[in-house]
Amino acid sequence: MRNEDPDKVAEGRNHGEPEPEKGELLRVRDLVSAFDTDKGQVRAVDGISFELEKGRTLGVVGESGCGKTVTAMSIVDLLPKPSGQILDGSICFNGDELVGADKERMQGLRGNEIGVIFQEPMTALNPVHRIGRQITEALKLHHEMESRQALQKAVELLELVGIPAPERRVIEYPHQLSGGMRQRVMIAIALCCEPDLLIADEPTTALDVTVQAQILNLISRMQDELGMAVMLITHDLGVIAEQCDEVVVMYAGRIVERAAAEELFANPRHAYTRGLLASIPRLESERKSELPTIPGQVAAIQDFVEGCRFCQRMEREGALTEIRPAYEEVSPGHFLERCPECAK
Amino acid sequence: MSEEDNITGNGSSLLEVEELKMHFPVRGGLFSRQVGAVRAVDGVSLSIGKGETLGLVGESGCGKSTLGKAIVRLLKPTAGSVSFKGHDITHMGQRALRPLRQDFQMVFQDPAESLDARMSVGELVAEPMVIQRMGDRQQRRERVAELLDRVGLPRSASQKYSFEFSGGQRQRIGIARALAVNPDLLVLDEPVSALDVSVQSQVLNLLMELQRELGLSYLFIAHDLAVVKHVSDRIAVMYLGKIVEMSGADELYRDPHHAYTEALINAIPVSDPSQRRDHEPLEGEVPSPINPPPGCAFGHRVSAPGYKESIEMDIRLKEIAPGHWVSNCPCCVGQQSAGGNIES
Repeated sequence: MRNEDPDKVAEGRNHGEPEPEKGELLRVRDLVSAFDTDKGQVRAVDGISFELEKGRTLGVVGESGCGKTVTAMSIVDLLPKPSGQILDGSICFNGDELVGADKERMQGLRGNEIGVIFQEPMTALNPVHRIGRQITEALKLHHEMESRQALQKAVELLELVGIPAPERRVIEYPHQLSGGMRQRVMIAIALCCEPDLLIADEPTTALDVTVQAQILNLISRMQDELGMAVMLITHDLGVIAEQCDEVVVMYAGRIVERAAAEELFANPRHAYTRGLLASIPRLESERKSELPTIPGQVAAIQDFVEGCRFCQRMEREGALTEIRPAYEEVSPGHFLERCPECAK
Repeated sequence: MSEEDNITGNGSSLLEVEELKMHFPVRGGLFSRQVGAVRAVDGVSLSIGKGETLGLVGESGCGKSTLGKAIVRLLKPTAGSVSFKGHDITHMGQRALRPLRQDFQMVFQDPAESLDARMSVGELVAEPMVIQRMGDRQQRRERVAELLDRVGLPRSASQKYSFEFSGGQRQRIGIARALAVNPDLLVLDEPVSALDVSVQSQVLNLLMELQRELGLSYLFIAHDLAVVKHVSDRIAVMYLGKIVEMSGADELYRDPHHAYTEALINAIPVSDPSQRRDHEPLEGEVPSPINPPPGCAFGHRVSAPGYKESIEMDIRLKEIAPGHWVSNCPCCVGQQSAGGNIES
């Protein structure tokens, strides 16, 4: 099994300074993903760059339609075809270029080197197949396991993700499980081939707070055991604060800010990040006080300007919305879209 | 609930709910006989005063939405009573109820689903007035314009259709519609759960502002405890069809007595990475309300040491301090470690 490499695990949970280059797992450069619509081609992801180190957790936060999910789908080549496509840029995973890689390579990668879990497990699981079959599918495909052996492994995995009576659950169907249990099954499927990277797209959004805490705890535990990196997509800043080493803040298809989690929460530089952090009600805030808000709303995707899109929301005009601000490292590890108005 | 146990927040209560039960039959067998009942709401008493917000929290399936619907009589309660401004509306027929419905309106979670896509916004907002035979066409048109102003939408919106608007704007339409007939009480069922954080705070501010200006009372149903705490005067915590604790909002978070309340509060992610906690989450899930365990349902979930004692007991709310009501369950109250995993 690939994970018996002890260095990997040790290096994985290193919470101190990231070791550059050596531990890099994923490097995205100037990625542009677009969709053909009846209003013309729209760029859902418009030139974003970031890296993810082995074993670490990267949070991707932003509002609906900001391109979080499209970024994830671009990495695993699951953009809806033929309307969605990667127009430009590079995605480098474990040293391999994924943009333009052939179908066999991507199939060998998905579910094997990269596991994916989605927001709504009921739509991601096949309702007419037993749980066991859905877990063993990947094992048989990627590891050519025998049915009996794969089923044994499926039971072990269900036990690992905290499902009681796993030997009974493998012969049940998804509708017989609760939302939290289904998400555990999704995690078991995503982890069955011990991936290097787990992409979790809003894994707890459909769940209650107590079950959310269980699932997040499970993901961290699995990360410790398997030494994998996690890309956690969420709109919940609380989840980001509890789970992530590094955070990418997306707005309207672009990354406006990226920093280590503690740095981002303590020292947000972009007006959008600051607005987001201020607008969440906190337990310690005064009851019934007026909450700070971000005025306006995100422009429709076909109306995105070339310049700063947060300025577009603020109804500013001129050069601000015409010239794309530079995205630069402003202090070690802290990247910022340097709009003269939004990132002073 | 006896006379002296009257659970009231302040003197003048608008809504009084006593021992409300909402059971749904479960049918099965050859002749579709009733084989059981889903005890969605199982003996709930509460009251809401004028201008007051009562927050109602609990996990999915605990019966909070059903309770909201039974209160506005979208459902016919199985037992107990609901009185509004002194009128007992529990058993009223639809015809008798119609004039009273002016006074209590409901706002639903997903405005995309609760607003008819074939009606213009103007028609949607005017519809409740038509049903209540309020004013003539011209007066209604003026009132629609006024309401759109009030909820922060342009007057031109009345010619458009709801799907042309974003989620936050659609929820404003839903609120304008509920306000059309000058209600005293709004039942808000997860009004901001489907919205992005930056829009969520805009809608919460609107709701708080409307309450101040119009003296509205709210039953605010939500699963996000930080949001509920921000807008509520008092909070009721529901578990498996029953209220387990109810008190002033600040007091509930400062001094929770029931182990379930404590577990819910502990599960909220903290938006500050420097305060990351290493807590063990609450185990298990909400049991099925079809065959609820005897005695204290939460004690059963966490296998609390004193659970056995609770089976024989009549579990009901007791006032432990002025306005602070807690279930008298022996296994979940008064023992710091009753929740098993909850830090004391």
